[in-house]
Amino acid sequence: MKFGVIVFPGSNCDHDAYHVVSKHVGQPVDFIWHRETDLSAYDAIIIPGGFSYGDYLRAGALARFSPVMQSVRKFAAHGRFVLGICNGFQILCEAGLLPGALMRNRDLHFICRHVHVRVENSDTPFTHMLKQGAVLRLPIAHAEGNYFCDDATLDELEREGRIIFRYCDERGRLTDTSNPNGSRASIAGICNRGRNVLGMMPHPERACEDLLGSSDGSAIFNSLATTIAKMAES
Amino acid sequence: MNVTPEVIAAHNLTDEEYERIRSLLGREPNLVELGIFSVMWSEHCSYKSSRVHLKRLPTAGERVIVPPGENAGVVDVGDGWCAAFKIESHNHPSFIEPFQGAATGVGGILRDVFTMGARPVAAMNSLRFGRLDHPEYGRRNRALFAGVVAGIAHYGNCFGVATVGGEVFFDDVYNFNPLVNAFALGLVRRDQIFFARASGIGNPVLYVGAKTGRDGIHGATMASAEFDEEALSKRPTVQVGDPFLEKLLLEACLEAMRSGAVAGIQDMGAAGLTSSSCEMAARAGTGIELDLDLVPQREQGMNAYEIMLSESQERMLLVAHKGREREVIDIFRKWELDAVVIGRVTDTKRLVVRHHGEVVADIPVTALTDDAPRYQRPLRPPAGRDEDRMARAQESFAETATRAEGAQSIEEVIRSEEAAGIDYNEALEKLLASPNIASKEWVFEQYDHMVRTNTVVLPGADAAVIRIKETRRALAMSLDGNGRLCAADPREGAKLVVAEAARNVVCVGARPIAITNCLNFASPERPEVMWSFSEVIDGMAEACRELRTPVVSGNVSFYNETEGRGIWPTPVVGMVGLIEDVRRVIQPGFKKAGEIIALLGETRDDLALSEYAATVLKIDTQRLVQQGHVPKIDWERERAVQETVLRAAEEGLLRAAHDCAEGGLAIALAEMCFSSLNREAIGAEIDLGGTLQTAARLFAETPSRIVVSFDEAVLGRMEEIAAELRCPLTMIGRVGGQLLRISVDGQEVIARDVRELEKIWRSAIKDAMRMETLVGAAE
Repeated sequence: MKFGVIVFPGSNCDHDAYHVVSKHVGQPVDFIWHRETDLSAYDAIIIPGGFSYGDYLRAGALARFSPVMQSVRKFAAHGRFVLGICNGFQILCEAGLLPGALMRNRDLHFICRHVHVRVENSDTPFTHMLKQGAVLRLPIAHAEGNYFCDDATLDELEREGRIIFRYCDERGRLTDTSNPNGSRASIAGICNRGRNVLGMMPHPERACEDLLGSSDGSAIFNSLATTIAKMAES
Repeated sequence: MNVTPEVIAAHNLTDEEYERIRSLLGREPNLVELGIFSVMWSEHCSYKSSRVHLKRLPTAGERVIVPPGENAGVVDVGDGWCAAFKIESHNHPSFIEPFQGAATGVGGILRDVFTMGARPVAAMNSLRFGRLDHPEYGRRNRALFAGVVAGIAHYGNCFGVATVGGEVFFDDVYNFNPLVNAFALGLVRRDQIFFARASGIGNPVLYVGAKTGRDGIHGATMASAEFDEEALSKRPTVQVGDPFLEKLLLEACLEAMRSGAVAGIQDMGAAGLTSSSCEMAARAGTGIELDLDLVPQREQGMNAYEIMLSESQERMLLVAHKGREREVIDIFRKWELDAVVIGRVTDTKRLVVRHHGEVVADIPVTALTDDAPRYQRPLRPPAGRDEDRMARAQESFAETATRAEGAQSIEEVIRSEEAAGIDYNEALEKLLASPNIASKEWVFEQYDHMVRTNTVVLPGADAAVIRIKETRRALAMSLDGNGRLCAADPREGAKLVVAEAARNVVCVGARPIAITNCLNFASPERPEVMWSFSEVIDGMAEACRELRTPVVSGNVSFYNETEGRGIWPTPVVGMVGLIEDVRRVIQPGFKKAGEIIALLGETRDDLALSEYAATVLKIDTQRLVQQGHVPKIDWERERAVQETVLRAAEEGLLRAAHDCAEGGLAIALAEMCFSSLNREAIGAEIDLGGTLQTAARLFAETPSRIVVSFDEAVLGRMEEIAAELRCPLTMIGRVGGQLLRISVDGQEVIARDVRELEKIWRSAIKDAMRMETLVGAAE
């Protein structure tokens, strides 16, 4: 099993994702430079948080054209796993691997704090070790995390169980104040139809140790690792 | 253009300084040379007014690896790791253009840290503005505050450094001169530290990073003069920051350093190419030749004067080992950055600059650095000030009253107000709503304070804590200033600032090891300002010796003055502490019902410069600083309190610890009750004995006090430690319930639901800022 963490010149959560996979999940992991195109060695790709190419135009707007993203498209089309976190989620939406867009936060500020998210679907490669309805404590850190999609898309996401995480309060209730950025339907994370591409604004890699205030994020990485391990066995 | 008296004056050079230039050169300078001298001899670059005083600060210590003089100071933090850190002001640019001014301040301090070879892991900032609700200037103050915070967030978040806190303070003395001081800390292996030295005759000098434009020409000179009503016309001297480019520069520089091809490196900060080249040569005792035709430029037709003085951001000057320039260039190319050989190191000890084939400047390096003017500027205490005002504090109130033109003394005003009746619940709520005390989460939630997953103690505690992943160790850091105390008594005030900074890192379980300082003052040409500067240095020097925390880096910012109105003397201290075992970290919040609450240290009648006097009694703060008496620090007591906490923390005895600062004991207790990550709000029941008036027991700002909580089972051991270290330990109550109840000699004076108090505390700044949008980012 091998993980790859994509490094755009402006990625800044690349080391954090690498650290979690190598130290906490205990799996081999490489950094993948944005000009690379050969992803054949990998079972899962993480697109980490940061500011890909500066993101002065729009988060992820340039990254979708990068050499590595052309390969990520093919990689995903072959059913292999892609996890986009924060800027990674923005890039996946810009690249068309996930529907919808991430707009400027409701109050226009960058927001960094721990929030609660509810697991909406535990039947995915990324969440099978979590319970449906479980409330996780994960940090967010973004200025453009306000998820938007049209009615038809929202309907489709709901129907197909592709909304994976929603912002909620500590008891799992969806309220206006528990939605930190104004996301439509409190959406914090969604997957593609094939369930092999997950994009989420919260940072599970920042929540893998009690020392940092939460270890709720580790189940996401562990779910993915066990999925890959099982596939290798069968 | 010829060098005329008008041109000399426009360069902020005095006639004497011009004469000195002539004699050092042995001829008249040309215009390019005049520009070079003017920036290098500016207050900002030369420290000409402060240098004679700065020498009195202690800079040596067993952990000090790099003392002041390099881009950042470096201390040994164990296991082969070192911390490089520094604080720097960006006050002037931030007033002119808050978003970019603050952003480029962050950029500059980050470069100072990574030129040492250290990867920045934490940033903090110390901010001061006029009051947010000032009837006339409130709107502008809010816009400045919003713009500065957005600028810091923009730069730090994109760069990928955790901005883990700092301080924010509001007083009208900063209406026209907000203070923006940026701190950064990086980690470097002890054997991989780099220096800003142009060593190795014949070595190539490379220009790396962004292209040069016409922005920021004479920024250093601007920062070395007071403002007048035309300040805003200086906007073109503020540069625009590009944090993405800086991120590339960081990665490329660190990669180049690891390659072994780099001999020395310096940031092109204030005075750009000029200061980086001559300072690197001066430190190495060499010379430098530059060919400006080779400098990457993003504007056409720039002349030598403009290229030498530009302060375009995100640039570095790098000296490579001879024959290895190709390696450096290839690394920078990988990161899509310019890296160009523009000159070489010589043995002439001269800075020689060529442009279009002609020599446009030829100056002995030392003339720009070591031979820059040093001024022993006149010092004079302000009029009306007693020689021994501290002694006065002990005298009878009757006598002080006669001194102040028959008016009541501050102490008398405070007592008579209390005699007339104070609702202490209301007073507590007013204090919690004061922006100086209220939660700063509106600020730090805009900063990514968790990136790189090292932040063990989040912003909002006494100090932030960053772990060193490869070890069991962690670093605590705190920024502290107190203009009120330093205005009332600069010497005693400076001591208290250092002591508080140390206490803050102690409260999270860290041993203070070293400081960096940012000395913000008004015009040094006024003798009373220079006197206060000298006093602050002496106070700070004493404090650093007493606490064994040498100064390893710093910055002086003079001329924080607009139309004759200067700021208070505002030295800001960045204290760094070391935690040997990160699992021993302590946080300020009470953990569970039944814990014993104790006060280490003793409360005295120190209300005269308090937030209580300013906010609850609404006494004008200018009057407070003119008449109030500054508490005098007792170093034995201070050390005893700090050592008791450290010893108890090492033994794992403490549940919580929190410094008593603005708002005094009652505020410290309320903050300890409030909720934090993974912990609900919880009440406390307190009874305060003693002989002081109620307001003093609750709100006095006596230094050398820390509130702690611990389980009953360890009470005996706590008492032993305190007794052994001669630290007063008074049990004042217990954790429990939903209310904060405080009694004075058995009589309840405060009883409030802590969740309601917390709401006031959390929402005060948010509510004040609700109407402000992202000023800078929206533009």
